[in-house]
Order: sequence, then C-alpha cells, then structure tokens
Amino acid sequence: MPWTRDQLAQRAAKELRDGYYVNLGIGIPTLVANYIPEGMEVTLQSENGMLGMGPFPYEDEIDADLINAGKQTITALKKSSYFSSSDSFAMIRGGHIDLSILGAMEVNERGDLANWMVPGKMVKGMGGAMDLVAGVKRVVVVMEHTSKDGASKLLKQCTLPLTGVNVVDLVITDLGVFEIDKHGQQPMKLIQLADDISVDEITAKTEATFINALK
Amino acid sequence: MANKVFPSASAALDGLTFDGMTVMSGGFGLCGIPENLIIALRDTGVNGITVISNNAGVDGWGLGLLLETKQISKMISSYVGENKEFARQYLAGELELEFNPQGTLAERCRAGGAGIAGFYTKTGVGTLVAEGKEVKEFNGEKYVLETGLVADLSIVKAWKGDKEGNLIFRKTARNFNPMMATAGKKCVAEVEILVETGELDPDAIHTPGIYIDRIVKGAFEKRIEQRTVRHRETA
Repeated sequence: MPWTRDQLAQRAAKELRDGYYVNLGIGIPTLVANYIPEGMEVTLQSENGMLGMGPFPYEDEIDADLINAGKQTITALKKSSYFSSSDSFAMIRGGHIDLSILGAMEVNERGDLANWMVPGKMVKGMGGAMDLVAGVKRVVVVMEHTSKDGASKLLKQCTLPLTGVNVVDLVITDLGVFEIDKHGQQPMKLIQLADDISVDEITAKTEATFINALK
Repeated sequence: MANKVFPSASAALDGLTFDGMTVMSGGFGLCGIPENLIIALRDTGVNGITVISNNAGVDGWGLGLLLETKQISKMISSYVGENKEFARQYLAGELELEFNPQGTLAERCRAGGAGIAGFYTKTGVGTLVAEGKEVKEFNGEKYVLETGLVADLSIVKAWKGDKEGNLIFRKTARNFNPMMATAGKKCVAEVEILVETGELDPDAIHTPGIYIDRIVKGAFEKRIEQRTVRHRETA
C-alpha cells in the first residue's frame, strides 16, 4: 500500500533531530509537526518572521498579528521570537536552519527541484522556496511518486522551471525513500520502500536512475 | 517645529503621490498591511503605480482595492496566489508582474534603504530568476547579483509609534515593514497606538523615527485570511 499523507508526514518526521531548527512547507510538510517524537525538542521557523511556532489557537486566542507563512492563525511558545523578513531570510540563506521539508512537482536524480511554476498556467510565485532550498542545511522533499496521469515525478531531468539546482538531499514519496548526493559523487539511492511496495513496482514508476541500497 | 503627525491617512499622503510612481507596501498576506494608507492611496486616484509588496492582497481588501480600480500597472512580489482579479488582469496582459524570491525581495528592500546598490545571493542560481543577471563564484559556489530597491513612497503599518516616528511592530505583523520603511524616498507610517515622544522605551524601538516622514493613527479591521483553530477537549 502506498503511504498516506499522514504516513508520509510520519516518515518525514524521522529526519528530525533533537535541537533542530526546522522550516516546514505548506501541505503534507505542515503535518510533520504532529509527529515530532516525544522528548525531542524541535523549533519551527516560519519565514514570515517567527521562531518557535506553536499550535493553532483556541477560538478565543486568535490574533490577526500572529500567522504562519501559510497565512494560518497560530500561537507562540515561551521560547518564541519575532523578527523582520530580512532577518528571517538571513537565517535561512545564512545556513542557520537545519532542515527544510517541502513539497515538489518534480525532482531529478541530482537533486534539482521544481515546485513553483507550470508554464501556461497562472503562476502564484515562488514565495520563500528558492531561498529555503538555497540556504537550509538539509532539504527533504515529500511528494506523490507520480502525477495524476501516472507520470514519474522523479526524473533524469526536470521539465518544469527550477526552484533550485542540486539542492535536494532526500525524497520521500508514497512509494519509498531516495537519498541524493547533491554534490554528484554518488548516484541516487533507493533506501526504503513503503509497505508492500516491490522494487519492481517502484522501478517501473521511476524515470530517474537509481541504485538499490535497501538495507 | 517639525511635525510628523497627520490627522488622517488621506492628509498624510497629500503631495506625495503622482502617476507612474513606485510604492512599497508592507505586510505579509493581510498581516501588518497599511490598510488605511492603501485606501487613501486608492482615493488619490493616482494611476500607473508600480507596487513592491510581498503579496497582492485579496479581492476587495488590501492591495486588491488598487487592483479593482486598475491603478496598479506593475507588481514586484514573491507570491500572489490569493487574488482572482490579479490573475484576471495578469492573464489579460493588463498587469506586469515581476516575481522575486521572498528573501531576495526582503534583502533588495533592506539594501535599497541602506545605500547598497547590489548584492550576491545563492538564491535562484540556475533558475529563471537568475536569467540575464551576473553570476559570480565565491569560494567555489555560485551567486547571482541582485540590485537594491528604492521607492518614491513607502507605506508601512506598525503597532505603536510616537510623534517622532519611532515605531514598534507587533508579532508577525512586522514582516516587510521595517525594511520598506527605510527604502522609500518618503515613508508614511500608520499605527494602532500613537503616543507622546518619550513614552516608548528607546531600547524597544524597531524602526527609528529618522525613516518616517509622516505618521498617522489608523482604525484597523485586521482581516484574517486563514482562520485556523483547535478545539478544547470537552470534559
């Protein structure tokens, strides 16, 4: 069975480490916050200008001045701090954030990422995605393995305009997990399969070349 | 005596607007936007405005109001997904659009206000964003040259301000406001609370009054785009 959205978030949560500063993208990556292991301290950064993002507010705590990068109302924690957008991206670009988990439309076997633009369609913009993938120490992509029409999203070469070149370290899809050496020294490696997914099935559904490194 | 305090948003914009001008407008989504000054800018009837703002408001609020009246000819933004009228005008070729990565946009405003003409950043190297721009290698890594931005007018929103123009922002409503305040040839700030000079703790001031030419106390709706809540466990 391919992993569900929650299982994908659960798998992505295994990339968290105690003491990490983490930026979570919109969609499935946001769900990762629900699976931070007990006893582990992770500080969530929101690129609109906050460290230490708390849970959604109760109805009577809603504050229009306190939102996340998805424009959702949130709360603060004791350790929270607020800062400007330029300070926020200094943090991101300067390599101070340990981990970024975000979605993708396409990833190639050398870690190129496309997730902001489909030519011919109304483009909403890249927001902070280009800065995040360029600056954050480790970039993890969570996405469906194939598009709605069944085409592989893990490619030899991305076809869509890029968000970043050689930026992705790990790809978690609903069928399995791939490790990428973004410095190009090693080929892409299949390191884990979703439950009851075979190597044959994932190979058939993957355009990119990879080696089997299952443990 | 120099006076920075104006009685209304409209009065605060008097003499500062003209057709074809460039305006920086603070805020992230609808959070921390200068909602009174946007309405006042609309009411000036000024046309052909280039607006530098992270987002473009929503239909019927924020910068969406200036789109409805077709006063904006170009936007420089990082994300404009929340606005149908924006999409319509853009697809019809009525509106020019320049996308900047959010961090690059923030830094361009910071640089513009700080007298820095350009800077090299890793963001966007190898993408459409870097096309036509100089790429240079530092320590074996590629960086793209981006330029500082300045505007004819910046409109920003703060929580508290004093009559000197010193500003304090609140929570995530700070966002682009501090950098934009520095990068306007003129800057007008609107605040929720306007106090006498001397009432703010000088150590707590986020934006010193030197950047603020005019200040006005506003009334705020503070609309919320995504009202997300959790529910208390019931006993």
